[in-house]
Amino acid sequence: MNYEAVIGLEVHVQVKTRSKIFTRAAAGYGYEPNTLTDPVVLALPGTLPVMNKAALDATIKAGLLLSCDIAPVCKWDRKNYFYPDSPKNYQISQYDKPICLGGSVEIELPGAARNVMGEHKKIPLTRIHLEEDVGKLNHGAKDSLIDYNRAGTPLMEIVSEPAMHTADEAFAYLTSLRTTMIYGGISDCDMEKGQLRCDANISIRPVGETKLGVKVELKNLNSISYVRDGIAHEIRRQVAVLAAGGTLVQETRDYDGQTGASQSLRSKEMAHDYRYFPDPDLMPVKVDEAWKARILAECPERPFDKQRRFYADYQLPYTLTSVLVPDRSLSDFFEETAKLAGVGQAQVAGNWIVNDLLRELGARQLALADSKVRPSHIAALVRLIDAGTLLNNAAKEVFVEMFGSGEMPDVIADRRGLKAVPTDVGELEQWCRDAIAANAKALGELKAGKDSAINAFKGPVMKAAKGKASPKLVDETLRRLLAAM
Amino acid sequence: MSAPADLNIDHVARLARIALTPGEREQFARQLGDVLASIEQLKKVDVSSVEPTAHAFPVANVWAEDVAQPGLTVEAALRNAPAQRDHMIVVPKVVE
Amino acid sequence: MSAELHYKPIAELAALLDAKKISSVELTQAVVARTKALDGRVKAFNSYDEADALAQAAASDARRASGQARGALEGIPVGFKDVIAVTGQPLTASSRMLANFVSPYDATVTTRLKNAGAVCWGRLNLDEFAMGSSTENSAFHTTRNPWDLTCVPGGSSGGSAAALAAGEAIATLGSDTGGSIRQPAALCGVVGLKPTYGLVSRYGLIAFASSLDQIGPFTRTIEDAAIMLGAIAGHDGRDSTSFRADIPDYRTELTKRKGPWRLGIPKEYFGAGLDPEVAAAVEQAIAFYRAQGCEIKEVSLPQTEHGVGVYYIIATAECSSNLSRYDGIRYGHRAKEAKDLLDLYFQSRAEGFGAEVKRRIILGTYVLSSGYYDAYYLRAQKVRTLIRQDFLNAYREVDALLTPTAPTPAFKIGAKADPLAMYLCDIYTIGVNLAGLPGLSLPCGFSRSGLPIGLQIIGQPFKEAELLAIARTYEQAHDWKNRHPSL
Ligand SMILES: [Mg+2]
Ligand SMILES: [Zn+2]
Repeated sequence: MNYEAVIGLEVHVQVKTRSKIFTRAAAGYGYEPNTLTDPVVLALPGTLPVMNKAALDATIKAGLLLSCDIAPVCKWDRKNYFYPDSPKNYQISQYDKPICLGGSVEIELPGAARNVMGEHKKIPLTRIHLEEDVGKLNHGAKDSLIDYNRAGTPLMEIVSEPAMHTADEAFAYLTSLRTTMIYGGISDCDMEKGQLRCDANISIRPVGETKLGVKVELKNLNSISYVRDGIAHEIRRQVAVLAAGGTLVQETRDYDGQTGASQSLRSKEMAHDYRYFPDPDLMPVKVDEAWKARILAECPERPFDKQRRFYADYQLPYTLTSVLVPDRSLSDFFEETAKLAGVGQAQVAGNWIVNDLLRELGARQLALADSKVRPSHIAALVRLIDAGTLLNNAAKEVFVEMFGSGEMPDVIADRRGLKAVPTDVGELEQWCRDAIAANAKALGELKAGKDSAINAFKGPVMKAAKGKASPKLVDETLRRLLAAM
Repeated sequence: MSAPADLNIDHVARLARIALTPGEREQFARQLGDVLASIEQLKKVDVSSVEPTAHAFPVANVWAEDVAQPGLTVEAALRNAPAQRDHMIVVPKVVE
Repeated sequence: MSAELHYKPIAELAALLDAKKISSVELTQAVVARTKALDGRVKAFNSYDEADALAQAAASDARRASGQARGALEGIPVGFKDVIAVTGQPLTASSRMLANFVSPYDATVTTRLKNAGAVCWGRLNLDEFAMGSSTENSAFHTTRNPWDLTCVPGGSSGGSAAALAAGEAIATLGSDTGGSIRQPAALCGVVGLKPTYGLVSRYGLIAFASSLDQIGPFTRTIEDAAIMLGAIAGHDGRDSTSFRADIPDYRTELTKRKGPWRLGIPKEYFGAGLDPEVAAAVEQAIAFYRAQGCEIKEVSLPQTEHGVGVYYIIATAECSSNLSRYDGIRYGHRAKEAKDLLDLYFQSRAEGFGAEVKRRIILGTYVLSSGYYDAYYLRAQKVRTLIRQDFLNAYREVDALLTPTAPTPAFKIGAKADPLAMYLCDIYTIGVNLAGLPGLSLPCGFSRSGLPIGLQIIGQPFKEAELLAIARTYEQAHDWKNRHPSL
């Protein structure tokens, strides 16, 4: 029998704020244990929560970028459960009135080849709500140690509909979600730092069946490739169970990315009963049109919209857009360069950025922000090439030096004598006239309609110019003189 | 009066993470049954068109700006901890 | 004169301090001496730190000497119910769970009282986690009623009321979730004010039921209540339920407001269960206001019968969640013999909490548990709306309501073993918390056996100035405040 997988993802994304979601203790990663706490974080007796406006702003921004409906009124609920990483033994979350409803994540599936764009799809979202993160448990041999630095970090929970069917779709979903969050400045989404965490709900059913199968929750998908591998593995496992005549049980499984295997987590000792109720310590949130408009004005263009625009406005090939667009600052760098470089030069500029700049940055493990080469440098380089002032090999040399020093290409080319010569039009014209006069045979062929005969004049001109003449300029000058003959 | 049939005192005490002695178990079940019985009269009130009151004086959008402020030192944070090591709280091994 | 310092009101002591007739150190010494002499019998305190109090008093005297006195509370010893955080002092909620807890931070009211120059005096006993009406539920000891040491002081702020009545503090702070300031004030013959919900910050108050809790003062006089309220009221950015209300100078407002007022008598508050002596004293107080030219009007609060039920659902639901943090992990009592993490929770909470706290956590857990939320909590929140509407309807016709504070004077220790009987002590005070209103209790007479009786005046939201003025009219014409227990 053929089976179809049905996949829904629950993604937790830490919101990048200076302070925590319900108190003003600093939020951060990589600090000494229990140095980012205050009485509220530790849930000391008598402490109370106060909302962090920036966390709300960021969640509304995420909702707008993902086309969600922003609820006009949302509220806070307590999710009650005992766990040592949860200082209050309840988590402040949103139960029946989340801040964002609906929406979708646009994804791009792998294309037929690396340089070919894949199919685009929209994966519908159920909701996005805001809640607080818990502390971190460090498991020892005999006991566990708790660090509450992470406790109270604002955390968005982004819940998709069960609308994906392959591991590739889930991978594309997470990639797109991550890009969007980074674009919006909402989160850095570093999975190693736990800034993005993913649980997957996976079931299979015979193709054509509309009822959902038995759902398995897969946890600890700690990297974006583990998500793909773990889901693929789980689908294979479920199919194998059914193929062998077995039955699937609803359970939570833990995926180990290192070994590529999953195992059932011991069924919880007690059924969950979170006893949700509205948190009496917090007031509701009302989002009006003005607030939404203000956040909308701060929203960047969505990545896939930008990809389409780069294709339409700059005629950039997929090989360039697929590199430029996922990185917001790189795509901004490109656009600034293209503007400075002038009409028709966008693709050339894009090639310099994607091929040369990224290569040099990569070789030295530098970030774009560290680059001494700015858009004005690349634009100037592109213009020098276009004007015939720099030949390709010379331009490559200029770029490498420019990358190291941050000098403008013009300055480097002058100092290093790399500019095409002569710039004296009269001198060039004379060499051209001499070359034409010296080769009557080629002139005859040319007049007979053999355009390539013009190349026969170029060698003597380049020789006279000691190799430093711009071929483009030589070609133009020859044609101009020949036309006048 | 005795506990209503659907008051599963063991289940509720487990949810609340409180171990009860057999005596407490029996006594609480009976006393809570009495309290719940006295609360039964609430079910007679017509609340079909009544909004719940969560706050006596609700105000929306009470928040603070996102400015980090100094918190507790590790020493102050762990001052009341029953068990600590390496600046962290020690608990029996957590089995996930 | 100094022998009586401990019974003087703040206003009078402030004048003596200003006139340099006494120092804060002398005053504090008098209070300390009184406490040492009596508290072995009254047992109002869980703890106090004499040296620390005297150091604060000396600092106050130094401020005054350098012309930097901060107002009427400068140098006045104020006692704290042991649920309000003071940096470096114990914060126990009279629970075994927090027996060794020392607060690393100040409650907002503490900061404000310190800013007003007050001396933060000792930690006052209560029913564990403020759950009770007699202070018998303290894990440490039962506080006695100074008027009759065989009787309860009321609760849950029994220590705060008893300490004041015994002269062991000049003013005290309590908290009121269902009557826990007003009822002990009535039983101990002092003034107790529960402000409008949101007027005083709850930051640093150990939560019992978040949507009902308010901090308020116990004082000897209405003027003192105005002084204390003025010091602690006002918006606080650390409490999201704190209200941005205008804070008048309550003390000067007292003399500006003279009535006559329209006063409502809710008929449901005078039915079965009301002690005849209490009824008689309250009737006399009503007669006084009528004689003053106030319009006395019978009003109806028809949902009154549901108050206790609604209260016990909301308060227990909220407390079941609020008290989850007491798990023996980050602080508080941790069981020694736990065999694993789960057992650590079970045993720490079993050992750390007393019977009433466990009972309420379990009831609250039950009413919130799967399948019961709508039937209990949600329904209670809706009936709460009706209760609130009752009061707001009444306020269309009257400026304030007059009622008994408690159905009986102080009862004997051990007399109310049944939780339900104890819950009925709050029958007249609970509605005020559910509706978020301000209410105060002031002495209005004594029973034949010499126990104080309290008159409750219930005001309109954020109109404490009016409420205090109404109370003062009565207080000025009567001499109850000058009676003290013979100890
Ligand atoms: Mg979830
Ligand atoms: Zn979550």
